[in-house]
Amino acid sequence: MNEYPRMKPGSQPEFLSPGYKSTIVRAPLRPLIALPHTLSELTGPVYGHNPIGPTDNDLTLHFAEPPQGERIIVAGRILDEDGKGVPNAMVELWQANAAGRYQHKRDNHPAPLDPNFLGAGRMITDQDGNYRFVTIKPGAYPWRNHHNAWRPAHIHFSLFGTAFVSRLVTQMYFPNDPLLQLDPVLHSVRDKDAQERLVSQFDLSMTEPEWALGYRFDIVLRGRKATPFEEHGK
Amino acid sequence: MNLTPSASQTVGPFFHYALTTNAALGILAGEGAQGERLRLVFRVVDGEGAPTPADSMIELWQADAHGRYGHALDSQSCNADPNFCGFGRLETDSNGTCIFETVKPGSCGGLQAPHINVAVFARGLLKQLHTRVYFDGEALNANDPVLALVPEDRRTTLMAKPTPGQANTWSIEIRLQGEAETVFFDL
Ligand SMILES: [Fe+3]
Repeated sequence: MNEYPRMKPGSQPEFLSPGYKSTIVRAPLRPLIALPHTLSELTGPVYGHNPIGPTDNDLTLHFAEPPQGERIIVAGRILDEDGKGVPNAMVELWQANAAGRYQHKRDNHPAPLDPNFLGAGRMITDQDGNYRFVTIKPGAYPWRNHHNAWRPAHIHFSLFGTAFVSRLVTQMYFPNDPLLQLDPVLHSVRDKDAQERLVSQFDLSMTEPEWALGYRFDIVLRGRKATPFEEHGK
Repeated sequence: MNLTPSASQTVGPFFHYALTTNAALGILAGEGAQGERLRLVFRVVDGEGAPTPADSMIELWQADAHGRYGHALDSQSCNADPNFCGFGRLETDSNGTCIFETVKPGSCGGLQAPHINVAVFARGLLKQLHTRVYFDGEALNANDPVLALVPEDRRTTLMAKPTPGQANTWSIEIRLQGEAETVFFDL
């Protein structure tokens, strides 16, 4: 059982990132205590904590009518630090509708709700770590963090890899969005390359003619080794 | 290849309809689960002492009553209790509170004191916070190698305590910041 490599400085956001105001009273201010990775950290939940339905990865099929907005395909691979696909990884996502409003009781942005769009999906990666969702492009929305604050269009992602250490919640952005330069959440990550890796890429080969634009988004989870299942030869 | 793990971003305030729709994830110990059943009450509090109203989420990962993780890396995993699920996930309510039904975990690897691994997600947290719940008064705490890394005066922040007047109920506060800030771990 080997410890996973530690995070590279700057590649992850700081807890205290005052540009994102909510961090000011929620970021811990005491230094974190470095924890050697024990069985507790190197094991983790195996997927299956939420049953997956056949259309859970197509957010345009959840109601009788298709949702408003620009239909898109979002797909990619979930990789480990060796560039190996992570199979059987649970991918959950959620997002605002095309007008920039969440189907959430506390979202009071005065943009229209879409009765045909919930904006939540989930799936399990295949044996090579691939995932694929069909959805609509979310709108930007205002968020009162500072004067004239707008979040760039984004999709929230939640991922389980092979260990509790590899648990990741992140956001996917869209290329060429002028709001990216202004977003304190994205800029809480100081390393420019790390920021760029959260921006998906338009991909013509994933785009389906007469139907939907394709965006590629790969995600790297912590961990260097093949799945424990293979190691144990089970 | 040597890839850098993707950066974390906040879960934001509107995750509920995607992540916490399944209330069954508050019940780790199913019917027939082995061990000492308990209710574990969390309350999440921010740096101003205010509860994080309904916009934080707690995830648990723990061993069964015999200290076995339901995961292939644990050599005991094939014997893990089938009526026990080591993973839990709940949103906090308007008081910053959530309650899991679980069992007291066994000592894992024979070395560590019974503990529950905790990840805290919230609006305002750009990455999850990792902490552990130990049980106040447990004899094995004295020799736990992780507790030994924590300055003595801060260990109490990791101790769940029996809730007075409520049988089999243990409570712990997660204080994100400030006086008596919870000990968080860098994994
Ligand atoms: Fe959002």
